Amino acid sequence: MASVTYDHVVKRYTPDVAAVRDFNVEIADKEFMVLVGPSGCGKSTALRMLAGLETITEGKIRIGERVVNGVAAKDRDIAMVFQSYALYPHMSVYDNMAFPLQMKRMPKAEIEKRVKQASGILGLDNFLKRKPRALSGGQRQRVALGRAIVRHPQVFLLDEPLSNLDAKLRAQTRIELQKLHRELETTFIYVTHDQVEAMTMGDRIAIMYDGVLQQVGTPDEIYDHPANLFVAGFIGSPTMNFVPVTVQNGTAKASGFEVALPQPVESRKGTLGFRPEALTDRDLNGSAVDMSVDVVERLGSDQFLYGQVGGDTVTARVDPRMKVTPGDRVRLGLDLRSLHLFDAETDRAVL
Amino acid sequence: MSVARPEVAAPVEVVAARSTPRAIADWLGSLPLHVAIIGLTIAWIVPTLGLLVSSFRPLSEFATSGWWTALSPPFNFTLDNYRHVLDTSNLGQSFFNSFMISIPATVIPTTVAAFAAYSFSWMRFWGRDWIFLAMVALLAVPLQVTFIPVLSLFIKLGLNATFLGVWLAHTGYGLPFAIYLLANFFRALPADLFESAEIDGAGTLTVFFRIVLPLSVPALASLVIFQFLWVWNDLLVALIYLGGTPEVAPLTVTLANLVGSLGQGYQYLTAAAFVSMIVPLIVFFSLQRYFVRGILAGSVKG
Repeated sequence: MASVTYDHVVKRYTPDVAAVRDFNVEIADKEFMVLVGPSGCGKSTALRMLAGLETITEGKIRIGERVVNGVAAKDRDIAMVFQSYALYPHMSVYDNMAFPLQMKRMPKAEIEKRVKQASGILGLDNFLKRKPRALSGGQRQRVALGRAIVRHPQVFLLDEPLSNLDAKLRAQTRIELQKLHRELETTFIYVTHDQVEAMTMGDRIAIMYDGVLQQVGTPDEIYDHPANLFVAGFIGSPTMNFVPVTVQNGTAKASGFEVALPQPVESRKGTLGFRPEALTDRDLNGSAVDMSVDVVERLGSDQFLYGQVGGDTVTARVDPRMKVTPGDRVRLGLDLRSLHLFDAETDRAVL
Repeated sequence: MSVARPEVAAPVEVVAARSTPRAIADWLGSLPLHVAIIGLTIAWIVPTLGLLVSSFRPLSEFATSGWWTALSPPFNFTLDNYRHVLDTSNLGQSFFNSFMISIPATVIPTTVAAFAAYSFSWMRFWGRDWIFLAMVALLAVPLQVTFIPVLSLFIKLGLNATFLGVWLAHTGYGLPFAIYLLANFFRALPADLFESAEIDGAGTLTVFFRIVLPLSVPALASLVIFQFLWVWNDLLVALIYLGGTPEVAPLTVTLANLVGSLGQGYQYLTAAAFVSMIVPLIVFFSLQRYFVRGILAGSVKG
């Protein structure tokens, strides 16, 4: 049970290639923090530096009050779950979970107590004598979790633990992990490239791109107030609509429409961003766009329209009862409260 | 629960496989392969079979006709050759010597190679790749060029005609291949296992004994077989470093001595070959399932 602090952390593999650049995050005690970003963005490297599997080139990492830069992985009081689970194939489930405790030379009775407790939490009681190869993917994943739980670590590190599971099991395990986090009351740091996992599981999310931390915040903050163009495009499915605009006298002008901005901005040129659900079939105070629809996707609960507004490609998420066929021209209201404007030069959100 | 499923499904598949035209087509398609394998097997067995038949033939026939003529009447077999070989005065001593040489000369290089291969594959140290490369290059050095320098060194150290000397020699000759084989196998073990063990608090030696060795049993077994067979069958190295004195001569040297300097008595060699083959056959058959897996070990991840 401890907080984790990344203090100006840099990881360089060669003098001119930085995998992680000036990374600063404070993760509170008992928080579920998700590091998310596309592959190669440095999120796994950031986690592995905390685990002690990679050296820290510059900066400090603290667990609680203790700087762990020079501390060996085994002495950091952390536990890690690997994407591949990394179970020891020749050991039984029991031995896999007991291994880290045996390494601490813990008395046998205590080891047994802890393993039984973990297997009870994870529903592995009937599998303790099996070898990993005789388990399904989901069960293996739980053994990997069990091996982390028995250590009663201060911080759990999870490196894409769900990506080897099928879609149904993944959704189920996602919920189980959240429950587990609540039961254990321990800091979780979870690395994933899947924005759905990030949005659903994280107390807070840290988004990384190209070795640089883009934004840290709660899922709602990040969804509603993305700090820059990358975050806006990365979070949300379907992705946010981006339309290049010029701004004059508080009005943003796109190729096919113009809107009055709710507050004045500095930028002259930029990208207007609005989520598909900001377009509705209701009329909203006259701010509207004309869309020629190319593709219609009905999902039962939702209906997505893909098409053109002026010269720009736009996606709309409308009421499934609205009758639209490809080729139609529809007039959709634009919700001004959820408009974003990103400066053309800096890509930062100015609205 | 998940284990029960294939048991239920299997009989259905077998029934289907026997009856459908598709299965027959599959069988016909693999026929050339089977024919080729059986042909190769016969080609490999025939010389050994010839040797076996010859070992039961009297010298008079042995010297005048091919072994296959013994397979048609009149049958004329004898146990004389075996009797002669088994009556050799120091056969028991030779067997003992062979074990005295082969077992340490297998255990020592395998042990050393396992430690070395682990450090070559999973530890970082200066010049690691170059040292490994140099060691692999030693595979290309012919054994024979080492005899004179090593022997003169052994004489200086008082190691010639001792078991210790021949153990060291076999260790030296065996190590490059042994390290190469094991290092390739160890390298194929997933890196996550080592990282996980590191976080779990296992030190280098613990990782080696509790994780690497148990996972490498197939590779170690195949290496043990290779090395044991090579040492057991070796005549040259033993003859050079041990000499022919009966107290230390292994089976191969003793049996080779059955043949006179002018080649008389060479019919005994056939029987002698089978006598000395007993031990390798026992070793091979008791470890063969590892042997087959071990040969595939480096190349295919299983």
